[in-house]
Amino acid sequence: MELFDNLALGFATASTLTNLGFCLIGVLLGTLIGVLPGIGATATIAMLLPLTYKIADPVTSLIMLAGIYYGAQYGGSTTAILVNMPGESSSAVTAIDGYQMAKKGRAGPALAIAAIGSFFAGTVATMIVAVLAIPLIAYALKFSTSETFALMVLGLIFAVALASGSVIKALAMVVLGVLLGLVGSDTISGDVRFAFDIPELYEGFNFVAVAVGLFGVAEILRNLENERSRDAKIAEIGELYPSKDDWRQMAGPTVRGTLLGSLLGVLPGGGAILASFASYTLEKRVSRNPKEFGQGAVAGVAGPESANNAAAQTSFIPLLTLGIPANPVMALMIGAMIIKGVIPGPNVATENQSLFWGLIASMWIGNLMLVILNLPLVGLWVKLLTVPYYILFPIIMSFCAIGVYSVNSNVYDLYTVAGFGLLGYILMKLRCEPAPLLLGFVLGDQLEENLRQSMIKAFGDPWAMISRPITATVLLLALLVLVATLLPAVRKKREEVFVEEE
Amino acid sequence: MEKSRPDIPNLACGAIFIVFGILFAWQSLQHDLGIALKMGPGYFPLVVSGILIVLGAVIAAQSFRDEGEPIGEFAWRGMIFILASPIFFALTVRGLGFVASIFFTALFASFASYRMTWLRALILAVAVTAFTTVVFVLGLGLPFRLTGPWLGQ
Repeated sequence: MELFDNLALGFATASTLTNLGFCLIGVLLGTLIGVLPGIGATATIAMLLPLTYKIADPVTSLIMLAGIYYGAQYGGSTTAILVNMPGESSSAVTAIDGYQMAKKGRAGPALAIAAIGSFFAGTVATMIVAVLAIPLIAYALKFSTSETFALMVLGLIFAVALASGSVIKALAMVVLGVLLGLVGSDTISGDVRFAFDIPELYEGFNFVAVAVGLFGVAEILRNLENERSRDAKIAEIGELYPSKDDWRQMAGPTVRGTLLGSLLGVLPGGGAILASFASYTLEKRVSRNPKEFGQGAVAGVAGPESANNAAAQTSFIPLLTLGIPANPVMALMIGAMIIKGVIPGPNVATENQSLFWGLIASMWIGNLMLVILNLPLVGLWVKLLTVPYYILFPIIMSFCAIGVYSVNSNVYDLYTVAGFGLLGYILMKLRCEPAPLLLGFVLGDQLEENLRQSMIKAFGDPWAMISRPITATVLLLALLVLVATLLPAVRKKREEVFVEEE
Repeated sequence: MEKSRPDIPNLACGAIFIVFGILFAWQSLQHDLGIALKMGPGYFPLVVSGILIVLGAVIAAQSFRDEGEPIGEFAWRGMIFILASPIFFALTVRGLGFVASIFFTALFASFASYRMTWLRALILAVAVTAFTTVVFVLGLGLPFRLTGPWLGQ
C-alpha cells in the first residue's frame, strides 16, 4: 500500500539519529520555555524559531520546530494545571478542571491524563493526516488562483470568528496584518511599497522579528504589569499515575475529544482553540454528573487536552495541502519553511516527499517523546516554575535579540522586534488579539497576488472570477461565517464560551 | 443607549486603525493604481486601507455607545527597558562586539522589573553573557565578533 510506503519513508527520514536528536532538543526547549507562566505556545515558538535556522537541512530544522511545538503545548498545559496560569486560550480550558484537581492533591494524575490523552489523540490524528493528505492534495492541485484566494479569505474569516473579544476589532487586526504584510517590493510590478526609503525594508518586515515582537515581547510586557501583586502558588505533585477509576473516566472523553479535535483542526483559522472549548462543552453535556465540572472533573482535562492536541495535528492538513495556516503556530511554520526555501502548498508532497512524510512522522515521534520524557521530568519543570519571573525575562530578551539578529545579521530586524512589541502590547491593552494580525501578515502578499492573477484570468470581470463553483462556495461560506459571527444571538453565545475561560 | 463620554480605550483603538489606514492609503496613492483587470501595485492596498479606515470608524463610533472594560495599568517601566534592549543590542553589537553588547543588553533588560536589584542584575548579566558566548557563538558558531572596533581593536 502506498500509505505504508509513505509512512515508512517518513519514519526513515524522521528517525535518523540527527533528526531524533534535534526533535528531542526541540521538545526539551519547547517545554522549558512553554512551562513559564504566561508564555503560550506561539510566543515560545517565536522565541525559539531563530535557533532552527542554523540547521542546514530543512527537514531537520522543521522536525526540530515540530518538537518545539509539542513541547510548548505540553509545557503550557503543565503551567495551566499547576499554577492556573494558562499561556493561551487553548490551555485555558485545561486550567479550569486541571487546577482544581491539582488543588485536591491530584496534580500528578491530572498531568498524566493530559499527557496520555494528548498522546492518544496525536496518534490517531497523525494517522488521519497521513490518510487524508494525498487525496486532499490531489484535489488542491486542481485549484486555481481564485480558489486559493477564496480559501485564504475563509481562513482569515475563521481567525476572526474564533478570536475572543470584539469581532470588529479582530477584523480590523486581520486587515492591518494584510497591509503590513504588503510592505516591501511588489512581486508583480517590482515596485517597492510602504518602505519609506529604508533599504532594509525592501524585502518587507522580517517575519520572525514580527512574531517575536508581537507575541514574545508584548507577552513579557503584559506579565510585568502586575508583578508587584502576583505570586504564583504551585500545587504539590503527589502521586503521578492515574488510578483505575481515572482510566475508566478518561477513556470516553479522550476518544470523543480526539474525534472532535481532528475534525475542527482542519478548519483554517484556529481550530485548536475552538476544539478545546467545544470538547469541554460536549463533555459537560454528556456527563452524568455535570456538577463535577469546575470542581476537578477528569473528563474536563482529558477531553479538551485530547481535542486540542488532535486539532494541533490535523491543522497541518491545510498547511501542507494548501499552504494556508490554521493558526498562528502554523503561520510560524510557514515562515520557517519559506526561509528554508520550501514553499508550502500542494507541491511539497510531490516535490519534497521526504520532507512531507518526515514531518508527519515526526509529529508522532514528538508526541511519543513528550510522554516518555515529560512525565518523569515533571519534577524538574515544576522547579522551573519556582524561578522568579524577573530572572527569566532578561534571559529571554537576550536570547530573542541574539536569535533575531542572527537570522540575517540585519539590525532593522531588531528595531522591528521593538516596534511590533510596542504595537502588540498597545493593541493587546486595547483588547485586540494579536493572532489575527499575524495570520493577515503572513497571507497578505499571497492574498494580493492570487487576487490580481485571478482578475487577469477573468478578464477583469469580478463576477466571472467569483462564479467559479468552488470559489463561489468558499466565499459564500466565508460570508456566512462572518454574518453569523455578527448576529446578536451567536455573538452572545460566543461571548459566553469565551467568558468561561476567565 | 446614548451616553455623553466616549469609552477612551475603544476610541483610541479606532483611531489607531484609522491612522494606519490613512497612512497606507496615502502611500498606495504614490503607486500606479491600474484597473480591476490589471491591478497596479497601488490598487489592492488602497482598497484594503479603505476597509481598515471604515472598521476603525465603526470601532470609534461604538465607543460612544458601549462602555468598555477598564484597561488596567501600563507597564511603563517594562516598556522603557524591555523595548530599548533589542534596540541597544542593534546599535552596539557591531561596535562593541558580542560580549560587551549582550552584557549591557541583559543588564538593561533586567531593570524592567521593580524587584530587580543591582547585585542580582549584575550576576544575571554575567551569567547570560557567559552562557550565550559559549553556547551561541563558540558552540553553535553564530556569526558574531566577540569584540568590536569601539574597544580599540
